[in-house]
Parts: sequence; structure tokens; C-alpha cells
Amino acid sequence: MPLLQYQSQAVAKPYFIAAIGLFVGQILFGLIMGLQYVVGDFLFPAIPFNIARMVHTNLLIVWLLFGFMGAAYYLVPEESETELHSPLLAHLMFWVFLIAGVLTVVGYLSVSYERLTEIGGNNLLATMGREFLEQPTYTKIGIVIVALAFLYNIGMTVLKGRKTAITIILLTGLIGLAFFFLFAFYNPANLVKDKFYWWWVVHLWVEGVWELIMAAILGFVLIKITGVDREVIEKWLYVIITLALITGLVGTGHHYYWIGAPGYWQWWGGVFSALEPLPFFAMTIFCFNMVNRRRRDHPNKAATLWALGTAVMAFLGAGVWGFLHTLAPINYYTHGTQLTAAHGHMAFYGAYVMVVLTIISYAMPRLRGREVNPERAQVLEMWSFWLMTVSMVFITLFLTAAGIVQSWLQRIIPNPQSFMAVQDQLNIFYWLRELAGLVFLVGLIVYLYSFFAQNKPQTVEASEAQPVTG
Amino acid sequence: MSAFFTKSMARNIFYGGTLFSVLLFLALTLHTTWALPKRDHRENLTEQVVRGKHLWETRNCIGCHTLLGEGAYFAPELGNVYPRRGADFIKVWIKAQPTKVPGRRQMPQFNFTDQQLDDLVAFLKWTSEINTENWPPNIQG
Repeated sequence: MPLLQYQSQAVAKPYFIAAIGLFVGQILFGLIMGLQYVVGDFLFPAIPFNIARMVHTNLLIVWLLFGFMGAAYYLVPEESETELHSPLLAHLMFWVFLIAGVLTVVGYLSVSYERLTEIGGNNLLATMGREFLEQPTYTKIGIVIVALAFLYNIGMTVLKGRKTAITIILLTGLIGLAFFFLFAFYNPANLVKDKFYWWWVVHLWVEGVWELIMAAILGFVLIKITGVDREVIEKWLYVIITLALITGLVGTGHHYYWIGAPGYWQWWGGVFSALEPLPFFAMTIFCFNMVNRRRRDHPNKAATLWALGTAVMAFLGAGVWGFLHTLAPINYYTHGTQLTAAHGHMAFYGAYVMVVLTIISYAMPRLRGREVNPERAQVLEMWSFWLMTVSMVFITLFLTAAGIVQSWLQRIIPNPQSFMAVQDQLNIFYWLRELAGLVFLVGLIVYLYSFFAQNKPQTVEASEAQPVTG
Repeated sequence: MSAFFTKSMARNIFYGGTLFSVLLFLALTLHTTWALPKRDHRENLTEQVVRGKHLWETRNCIGCHTLLGEGAYFAPELGNVYPRRGADFIKVWIKAQPTKVPGRRQMPQFNFTDQQLDDLVAFLKWTSEINTENWPPNIQG
């Protein structure tokens, strides 16, 4: 069987490369921000904190979207058993999206944000200046165009080919992603309404439709590396996404406690979001079950590790760390503290970063003309897995400690202290977080290097280890 | 999962469960829409407040501060800065930035006019009067 069952799967490759490139940028700006937490005037006024944060979070979103699109272009032809509807359109949209993304980041870094709102179309339609939705209005329109072209391309491919649960779930998730982004264009003057519907983009993405995309990608990779019967895997996927949407949709209410919405959201949001760990727990059981029941030992050990790691870390980051502060009586004290940042970091890394790295780990060797990477490259990739994952665990633990102390000093004790007075006492946690961030960077460098690593010339030891070379 | 629980059953539960959840969420949203006018005191949403929100957005304040607990965690909560500090302090503070104290977190200078400062304060005052179920727990935000 050829490495690529369908020629057009090759369009995924530039998407994955762009994703990794932007990932590097994201981490560098994360390190800048981490340092600004303790050395407040670092790079000021050249790169104020708010600018670094926009770059950090926007690059994350954009590179994950590149990853999702690459994943769709790779897996949909294979699942649908037909060539992609239009590889040309996929290539074209790649460049449109990349240029729009890079121009936006250049805009963040080269002109003041106020100036960017003037040249970015904010006077036509005010959509800018809201967390995660800082992109110029023109960029947002570009995102919609790219998303529609992408959905058309994937949708036509699914329609003309075999329909599997994986493609149906993926397509449902992608349509949801495009649909809920439209709320980014709704910015009412009433702050309460603004915040209420802002969450329809943010929460319904990451705790809603993105989970469908994640489940579909994981399901595809697990079918490939375990050889377990498709019927079993797809049945699990439906159970997982049912749990995800039943808990996640009404679970949006855990963001409505303190922004002006009625008090009953404390119950609706609390009860449903307290169940949000369930889909992630099911995903963990599912992944380990499938790997244990595998019918073959796939030579791509790194991809298997990423898949299992995704399941565990998504459960910890999105499930457990979300649960920690989702109930209203706790959230009353922790809302908008470093605990939120701790949860955000491990949830995004565990669920979405890792699932994209899983599909890249499985697909990229094939896109580069070999079934799997050389043994040494895989070992390095697995090292990078552990370096990045363990350092993210520590980043999360340090921020959690900071968040608990912050809540205590600023909100619980009888004579609460001011924000900045409290921040000064958290420096030790911030320094440790920065240190863990540097280890993450080392892991990322090892990851990048693993793409170029070759096996060393054969020695006795190496031949005993029986390297797998496709 | 045993054999009697088939993929098509799982799929049907997915469609049914999702439809139910969407309808429940929309029903709650509809009720919230009815209930909001009493809570967000929109009758006080003057042109000045709207201009203030526009300034809040076009200077990307949310990139460092939280507002009702949402935003970045680098600088103080501003949802209750109006009762905490008062209008005059807020205006003087914004004008005095950046402090340039070595090693301390810095806020940019936005060169606001007096009218813009008043607009921003009006927005922060309006925000502080939203019914937030008594959040934040105390004046420190």
C-alpha cells in the first residue's frame, strides 16, 4: 500500500509545517510575558505585556486551526476513500490564511493597537479589543472566507465519498467552529450582552465543538495505529461527543456567574460543568482500552505516545483543573486569578496542542515519504514529549499555587491586600513558572530537531535494537 | 461496551442528547435575555458610556486587566475600580503612566483628552453598577 493512499492528502504538509512554525513563535512570546510578570518593565515600551499576550494567544489559536485544517485534509480523503475535492483551493487558502495571520502579528508588533483599530476596519464594524478576538475586523473577515472555502472543500469531499462516523463528527465540529466564530462580529454596547455572547465563541469552541474535532482526530489515529475494529472506535466516539455536548453546552453557564447574568446560572452552569470531566475521562479510558486491545504493534511509537498523552493530559488539564474552580462557591474567590491561567495552560496543551502533535506525529513521516521516522528521530520526539509535558505540568502547578495564594491574600483573609501588593508576594511562583517555561522551550527545540535526526551509522548496539525504517 | 449497545444506538443518543442540550441552552438564554434589563441597568447606558467602552476596546485594556474577572491577570481588576479609587484618582493615574519605576509592571501612556478620560470613567462607573451577584468578594477586586 502506498504511504499516501490519496495524492491530495499531501496538501496537509504545509499546514503542519506552518502550525509548528507558529507554535515556536507562541512559546517565545509566552517566555517574554512570563518574564514580564517578574521584571515588569522588560521590553517596555517596545513590547508591552498586552501586545505580547495578544501574540501569544492569537498564535496559539491560529496554529491550532492550521493543525485542525491539516488534519482534516490528511484524514478526510483517506476516510472518504476519494481524492480531495480541490487541492488547488486548499493550497490557495493555505497562503491566504498564512499571510493574513503573519500580517496580523506584524500589525500587533509594529503599530499601536489604537492605530491598528483604525487601519484594521474597526471603524466599519467594531469587533476588536476583546480578549482573544483582538484581530483586526479585516482579519476576522479573512478567517471567515478561509473557513468557508475550507468547509466547502472538506464538505464536497465527504459528500462524494464514503461517509464514516469520523468524517461526520469532524465535519460537525468544523461547521460548529465556523458558525460560532460569527459571534465574534457581534459586539453590543451593553457590556453584559457583549460578554454573554463572547463566550459563544470562546467556550462553545474549546468546551464544545473543538472536542468533536479532537475526538475525530484521535479516533482516526487510533484506528490506524491499533488496528482495532472501526465499529468499536466509532461507537466510543459517539459516546464521548455526546457527553461533551450535553455537559459543555449548558456548562457555558459557569462563565455567567459574575458578569451580570441571572443567579440561576450558578446552578445550571455549576451542575453541568461539574460533569465536563466525564467526556475527557471517557476519552482516557477509550485510548488506553484501544491501545491495550491493539491488533498490531505499530512502528510509530511516538504517535502512540502522543495519543495516550493527549488523553491523560486533556483529562487533567480540561477535566480536573476545570473542575477545581467550576463550582460557584469556589469560583467566587478564584475567578480571574492565576488559577484560571493554570487551567488554561494545561487544558489547551493537553487537549488541543497534543492532539495536533498526535496527528502530525502520525501523518508527517508519511507526508515526507516514509512510514515512520528513524528510531533515533522517534526517541528524540519522545524526549520532547516528556520535556514539554512535564514542564507544562510544572507550569500548571506553579500557577495553581500562585492562584491559591492570590485568592487567599486578596479575597479571603479579613484584611484583604491590594492586587499589586499580592503580586509582589507571588514572585517565587512566577520565577519557577518561567524556569519551567524554559524547559518547555528546550523540549520544543528537541521536537524541532527530531524532524531532521537520522539514525547513527550502524553499530553493534544499534543493530541489536533493530531500528525500524519503514 | 457489550454487543447490544450498537453504534447506531450511540449515534441516536448523540443526536437526541445534543438536540435536547441545544434547546435547553437556548431556553435559558431566552430567559436571561428577558431578565437582563433589570440587572444590567441599560437605561443608564449613555452615549458617554458607549464612547468609554470604545476607548476601553481600542486601547486593548483587556490585554493586561480583568473586567468582571475576565481578561488578563497582569494588572488589577477594573470592574470595581470606580468605587475603589474614585473618578479623580483614575484620571490622575492614567495621566501619570508609565511610572517608569525600575522593574515594576508598566502601563502605556495613551494621551487621552479630558473628555476621553471622562468617557472612560463613565464606562467604568456604569460597569461597577451591574448586578454581579456581589462579585468581587471585596473592594480589592
